[in-house]
Amino acid sequence: MMYEGSSFMKGMILGGIFCLVVSFFETFNSGTHSEGHEHLHHHLKPVSKDELEKLSESQMSDWTLQVRVYCLIMVTPKLLVHWATANDTWSKHCDKSVFYTSESSKVLEAVDLQEQDEWARLRKAIRHAYENAGDLRWFFVARPTTFAIIENLKYLVLDKDPSQPFYIGHTEKSGELDYVEYDSGIVLSYETMRRLIEIFKDVDRCPERGNALWKTPEETQLATCLKYSGVFAENGEDAQGKGLFNKKSVSSLISDSMGQNPADVVEACCSDMAITFGGMSQSQIQVLMYGVYRLRPYGHDFHDSLTFLPPKDSDND
Amino acid sequence: MTQPQHLKSRTQHIRATWGRRCNIVLYMSSEASDFPTVGLNVSEGRNQLYWKTIRAFQHIHMHHLDDADWFLKADDDTFVVLENLRYGLSKHNTEEPLYFGRRFKPFVAQGYMSGGAGYVLSKEALRRFVKGFADGLCSHDTNIEDIGLGKCMETMKVQLGDSRDVLGRQTFHPYPPHYYLTRQLPRPRPWYLLYEHYHPVEGPGCCSDLAISFHYIDAVQMHTLEYYTYHLHPYGYKYRFNPDERSDNRNNN
Repeated sequence: MMYEGSSFMKGMILGGIFCLVVSFFETFNSGTHSEGHEHLHHHLKPVSKDELEKLSESQMSDWTLQVRVYCLIMVTPKLLVHWATANDTWSKHCDKSVFYTSESSKVLEAVDLQEQDEWARLRKAIRHAYENAGDLRWFFVARPTTFAIIENLKYLVLDKDPSQPFYIGHTEKSGELDYVEYDSGIVLSYETMRRLIEIFKDVDRCPERGNALWKTPEETQLATCLKYSGVFAENGEDAQGKGLFNKKSVSSLISDSMGQNPADVVEACCSDMAITFGGMSQSQIQVLMYGVYRLRPYGHDFHDSLTFLPPKDSDND
Repeated sequence: MTQPQHLKSRTQHIRATWGRRCNIVLYMSSEASDFPTVGLNVSEGRNQLYWKTIRAFQHIHMHHLDDADWFLKADDDTFVVLENLRYGLSKHNTEEPLYFGRRFKPFVAQGYMSGGAGYVLSKEALRRFVKGFADGLCSHDTNIEDIGLGKCMETMKVQLGDSRDVLGRQTFHPYPPHYYLTRQLPRPRPWYLLYEHYHPVEGPGCCSDLAISFHYIDAVQMHTLEYYTYHLHPYGYKYRFNPDERSDNRNNN
């Protein structure tokens, strides 16, 4: 009895030590990714102006091509006014924009996914976009209630390699999970899309239909699936650390700033290179379109290192 | 043009944004203050506005005639892009009797410039306005400031300039941007476009990229327009409208 007991004890002790050693190595490795590129930081900033100035013309032109964006705009007939507004405004600046709808509308074109469940719809849209990407390597997912400045999105990802897994936007936490907020837009690299297509097959870790009683928002479901693929959310910000992705409207942000920073309202409020705003009415969006792409003071030159041309057949930019 | 009750709610936002881009900015009020405001010998109220305007221009004529080339009158809820005003005026001669703004048709035979959108007088126009009152050729015969000034301009043979850009788009605006920019189906003129001298355009063609003013702008909108005009920028975007390139092309033809 004693003899058996001591073997048992030895086994327990060895097993315990083994578990400790394994978990020690796991925490050591969890901060790195075996794919070679490290994403230890959760803050993602654009390339610096100094670095851009050092680039050759051919490098510049390579980057301009590589940085083209496929926009996935997730609409429903209920959002028809915003759908039409997105169609008439910012989506024209995507290299390819595709509207994905829950059901078709007679008035506007879209890929009809015939799917009422938002998460299932998002998965279908992602699959469709991946299959129809052509040579586009960056993907932007948004609802039509978001307004995006695609040129600034391109600037943010300009020096990032899309064959690496990127998942960028305004990050929030749900318990331990960092996720990108849907309402301020989600940026995915080609590699991330590829991994998503793979993990979609895993019905345990990334189910299409969740628990009918407890609806998890799509943004956290996406983050969970991506986490299992080794892809982690990163907060997009400018060189000064100001967030580039906003779910609030410009006037709401300005108004907040007037309360918090009355001496320096605009400086403290929002980035010059902001990418998204949300919660704006149709007429506010028309004004924003004019404000971004047209209204300016004569004689100011930003000395940008790249050129993005205005879209064809458009009169409001 | 402002008043004591507006300094905190309106005028301070002008001082924080476009006011500082003027070569000289004078905040005209019924009372002098440390804001700083100039105290004119008038009382407040819409029916005193023309008196206030007359006194303001008399003050400028007496104290600042040689300190500037052009003289802009704006309200404390007008947003102005000074660089675009300077650009628009650059081809004109301030020794000529000219005034610029948003041209309205009725009430004055030659028309007049909207008060709210802001208007700008050449040095000669300012001299003639002040002389008109000094010589009794102009008088305070109305409470409506922009019409009154317009009538005096006509009497003193000051010409109305065309402030539209090379594509015929307006630069001075008596209402906020959303009134004009929102796309509309072809329709009869809405009430706020009834006075227009030039045929109004609704939708994106309404407004020049190099807009000079918008009116009825509250404090939040003031900072919002400041952000749009001077800060928010689409990286690398090549603007469609390049007035200098256009004039170069014309010279080459």
